[in-house]
Amino acid sequence: MDELEKMLLVQIADLHKVPDGAYNIRKNGEADGRRSTPHIRIEQRKDKKSGIDIFISSETQGESVHIPVVITETDYRETVYNDFYVEDGADVLIIAGCGIHNCGQATSEHSGVHTFHVGKNAKVKYVEKHYASGDGNGENVMNPTTDIRLAEGARLEMETTQIKGVDSTVRTTRAQLAAGAELVIREKIYTHGKQFAKTDFSVALDGEGAGADVVSRSVAAQSSRQEFYLRIDGNGKCHGHSECDAIIMDDANVVAIPALAANSVDAELIHEAAIGKIAGEQLLKLMTLGLTEQEAEEQIIKGFLS
Amino acid sequence: MLELQHISFAAADGDTNKEILDDVSLTVSERFVAITGPNGSGKSTLAKIIAGILTPTEGKILFNGEDITGLSVTERARKGISYAFQQPVRFKGLTVKDLVSLAAGRHITVSEACNYLSEVGLCARDYIDREVNASLSGGELKRIEIATVLARGTELSVFDEPEAGIDLWSFQNLISVFEKMHARTQGSILIISHQERILNIADKIVVIAGGKVSKVGTKEEVLPGLLAGRICPALEN
Repeated sequence: MDELEKMLLVQIADLHKVPDGAYNIRKNGEADGRRSTPHIRIEQRKDKKSGIDIFISSETQGESVHIPVVITETDYRETVYNDFYVEDGADVLIIAGCGIHNCGQATSEHSGVHTFHVGKNAKVKYVEKHYASGDGNGENVMNPTTDIRLAEGARLEMETTQIKGVDSTVRTTRAQLAAGAELVIREKIYTHGKQFAKTDFSVALDGEGAGADVVSRSVAAQSSRQEFYLRIDGNGKCHGHSECDAIIMDDANVVAIPALAANSVDAELIHEAAIGKIAGEQLLKLMTLGLTEQEAEEQIIKGFLS
Repeated sequence: MLELQHISFAAADGDTNKEILDDVSLTVSERFVAITGPNGSGKSTLAKIIAGILTPTEGKILFNGEDITGLSVTERARKGISYAFQQPVRFKGLTVKDLVSLAAGRHITVSEACNYLSEVGLCARDYIDREVNASLSGGELKRIEIATVLARGTELSVFDEPEAGIDLWSFQNLISVFEKMHARTQGSILIISHQERILNIADKIVVIAGGKVSKVGTKEEVLPGLLAGRICPALEN
């Protein structure tokens, strides 16, 4: 692995060396290292699709799986299907992420389709980071799709972050929750230049006592564009909360279209949305502490997305 | 030393210009200087002019002899002027520790940040990682605001009604914060206040009414008149 690939791994997975526990590193479409553990098995898919199956047994308690993807070639496009089978009662940390370094003129694109089959009372923390860099004019495109199926009493917490360099992204997340299941999503997006980011969440609260909390914070700078779609369906006695909060700067454009659908009299659904520029008072306060206007802006954005 | 020379400030009020400050001159070189006066008399405007948030229509501001009238908020802050907002600003995402660190102008340790918070009567460990957002009460925000000025420790600190909203904390504590601050900075503290107990510690009291300085003097000279309600009816409440 060269320096560039190591840098991408640090950015997306905070990996400075081969991780402890199970892992699968995918580099330009090839497996660049894989390890299964007694509790976590990683296998090539049985169908013709590209990608892996990850089997996480009930005995898994507090273990982690790293599955980073690194692309350093220009004019490279792939769609990868990774399926996670989390058995009842398991407790696991899954760290995914994609780093593209494209210094050519053509587009590099990664579409990762992750499906989570989470068993009863299992706990999953899923961390996903997207980062791209490059010194050519080639576009970096990432289209992550996440499909989450939570059985009774299961809990999945998803942290998804796109901070830099991704020119175009469509981020689709679907979730179905059985009774007592819980879904927490924290999304952070920063776009600049002419970048485009679309987020599309759709959560079905099917079972009694299911709950979802979806919070998206984003900053759109320069001429970038963002679209935020969200729909929560409350199909029984359940509680759903969503919040999208965007800072808009320069000539950016942000559209937020949240939807709540209550299909049961016992569904409790709340949405909060706000789009606005950085408040002048916030800039002034930090300037009275000795920061320049630009430094103040940077600190406010850093705090907002941290 | 801060010197205001013939400061006037007018703001647009419909089609006309409304004079908010009219030829205000004063110096701040003492330990504690209090500015008082009725609501709407122009006190807060004056504080904002000192911090550089508002630009006077006429007049000059000198800080240690240097004309700072044309300097920005940032430049004045770096020269040694601090300003505590009357209504502290909320930030989504910035924590109390972030804000105190930014105020100190360097990365500070948790225990340093805790010291500043303890001084303003906040149980530091409970607050250090909290966001400076709507989950904090007005009184908590106000004390954090004072802590940011403490952390800066500059030659001049301006407080716009620091006592507002901190009823649960005693005035005596607020006063001891000012005393400790002075002991550390050896600078001047300028406090806009209606509170008799704060005016009582002032070395100099400036009364502003209708945009003009109506009286300047020691507390012995100014307070009796104020308390009789002749100059500042707001104090009767």
